Amino acid sequence: MDTISQSFAVAMSMVAHLDPRLTQIVGLSLAVSLTATLIAALIGLPLGAATGIGRFRGRATLVVLLNAAMGLPPVVVGLLVYLLLSRAGPLGPFGLLFTPTAMVIAQTVLITPIIAALTRQFIEDAWVEYREQLHSLRSSWRQSVLTLIWDTRWSLATVLLAGFGRAAAEVGAVMIVGGNIDGVTRVMTTAIALETSKGDLPLALGLGLVLITLVLALNFGAHATRQWARARFG
Amino acid sequence: MGDVETVAGLPIIATGVDVVRGDTRVLKDIDVVIEARRRTFILGPNGAGKSMLLRVLHGLIDPTRGVLAWGDNRATRPPNQAMVFQRPVLLRRSAAANVRHALALAGIRGDAARLRVHGALASVGLTHAGNRPARVLSGGEQQRLALARAWALDPDVLFLDEPTASLDPAATRAVEDIVADFHARGTTIVMTTHSLPQARRLADTIVFMSEGRVVEQTEAGVFFNQPRSSEGGAFLEGERW
Amino acid sequence: MRGWITNIVLALGVLGAAAALAQQPFIVVASTTSTEQSGLFGHLLPAFEKDTGISVRVVAVGTGQALDIGRRGDADVVFVHDKAAELEWLAAGNGVKRYPVMYNDFVLIGPKADPARVAGGKDIAVALQKIAAAKAPFVSRADKSGTYSAELRLWKDAGIDIATAKGPWYRETGSGMGPALNTSAGLDAYILSDRGTWLNFHNRGNLTIVVEGDKRLFNQYGVMLVNPEKHPNVKKELGQRFIDWLVSPRGQEAIASYKIGGEQLFFPNAGSDS
Repeated sequence: MDTISQSFAVAMSMVAHLDPRLTQIVGLSLAVSLTATLIAALIGLPLGAATGIGRFRGRATLVVLLNAAMGLPPVVVGLLVYLLLSRAGPLGPFGLLFTPTAMVIAQTVLITPIIAALTRQFIEDAWVEYREQLHSLRSSWRQSVLTLIWDTRWSLATVLLAGFGRAAAEVGAVMIVGGNIDGVTRVMTTAIALETSKGDLPLALGLGLVLITLVLALNFGAHATRQWARARFG
Repeated sequence: MGDVETVAGLPIIATGVDVVRGDTRVLKDIDVVIEARRRTFILGPNGAGKSMLLRVLHGLIDPTRGVLAWGDNRATRPPNQAMVFQRPVLLRRSAAANVRHALALAGIRGDAARLRVHGALASVGLTHAGNRPARVLSGGEQQRLALARAWALDPDVLFLDEPTASLDPAATRAVEDIVADFHARGTTIVMTTHSLPQARRLADTIVFMSEGRVVEQTEAGVFFNQPRSSEGGAFLEGERW
Repeated sequence: MRGWITNIVLALGVLGAAAALAQQPFIVVASTTSTEQSGLFGHLLPAFEKDTGISVRVVAVGTGQALDIGRRGDADVVFVHDKAAELEWLAAGNGVKRYPVMYNDFVLIGPKADPARVAGGKDIAVALQKIAAAKAPFVSRADKSGTYSAELRLWKDAGIDIATAKGPWYRETGSGMGPALNTSAGLDAYILSDRGTWLNFHNRGNLTIVVEGDKRLFNQYGVMLVNPEKHPNVKKELGQRFIDWLVSPRGQEAIASYKIGGEQLFFPNAGSDS
């Protein structure tokens, strides 16, 4: 328990003094995970929606694959992206390894299946309700996808939050492709891993508290926004 | 009535239409004619296939066998039709936005759309509710909004699948008035209902179905006095209980 | 909708930061976790950057992985402490030349209760023999690290074939130095550690240094430039400047001046044949 109370003190002190290394690490963590969520949304939302309402051969297989891919271990994703981005690999010439860009790529790969699979579920459920009316109104397939995405937007916002949460919490992928370079690719989770391995547990846990608080704050904000929107739009 | 002017896409003529689901023939050898500008009501006991036939006529379901022809025999579904379901399906946006959405799908935007939205909402008595979220409206108001959406499209044919089954008498009356307005405008009405009094009030033609078949298609006045089929007679008998 | 705008701004921020980082010349150095955790880089690199304006990005992993990163051309310089593995790596054509830089030492860590009775000894081989005989709990990193290679060498020097002699008392964690120390503290076990990581390690539990000073415990560091003929992307001039600085009087003095709690950790020996 002593470690835990120490860690609270450490966390408070870091935040109160706006420790520059802390703000840099927090800023980078948010930038990487939010960017990954944005890109994953641009790919995953239409992919999930199209799978939700599409009728094509292999659809059932795709659904199973997407659902399974939600459980991809981050460290495996990290390793695969590492092999892709390494100089010895196919995307080597871009020199992306050990940069924040590599971390964004790895996290995007990690959370796109989550966003796609959950979107598919929500859209498919909504499609059951809307299908006949949209067909009657002669809505094209593409128009229906966009309409459904917009109509389920609050549920989809939760999906994006789930994706962001997964990205912000993972350490395996960003550690391997980022290299945890001080000042360049060190994010909250890799910093926590490092301090733990150095045996500085109060600092590690302090950082952990900051991370948890940030994610909590984001979720509260999203919840409040949803309540407001529900009242306004029904 | 007695209008000589032809309407594009009408009459709708179904010949030998079968619909098979799995192992079951749900619609069997349907021959039916939907005349322009008339109010055709499809009646029958539960499971007769009324809703299925309505959807086939509107083009939501393709027949397994048989042919649908419209007016001058074009192969594709003519554009100007609309359908209202028993439970209105509305988007999570304002009432006016729902009507705008339908118009946008029909390629009507901007000022032309705005005019139609205004006119449609006015004709169903929902002008005051234009900016309210469609989903917070009452059941009756939502159904009227669905009708407004159809009104804005100015359809030649309006299909309605038991539109008042979930509504109270006042809301039912409001919906029936709107259907009458459609009819006055020249729209062909095709409707299913469980309510015989409603059919008596509104129908010109009765299509009576039983167990997936069209048993008879008769003038409403004739059907309610002297149905040509024994099933029709039995059905009307049941009403007296 | 506001959420999207924030995302875009942050994304641009990331890209902007990346672009800004790209302005200053930098090299990527693959090194080991124990070196980084000793805090040496925090002391050394600012001095190098001040002298040359070159920024150094250290990727700290196990020795095996560091050499693999170099082999793939994902780093410009490799800086590890496993001479045998380094020479093998060079022989395979992955690097240009090996320069000895400095040495530090390993220490045998153990519980104050000292079940194998090794505390205070000056002979690491004797200590290991006693531990194996007593089957006292011993934690091994068992990863491809310089520390692990050293540990295996020491068992061999003690005449013990650890592959057959190991039993439940010998715990292989497959982890870095810090986590392995954490495990030892939790198990009250013996463990071989580099002095730097130990001095920076705070979660000691009942552990203390039990054996030190034996010459066989000395740990030699070497630095190598990744072969630019194999990997044209290697920043050979900048990388060589780093190497030259490390072995220069200035760099060697910077290494010697790094102290934890007043104690020098690393002993410069560039130019020797170590």
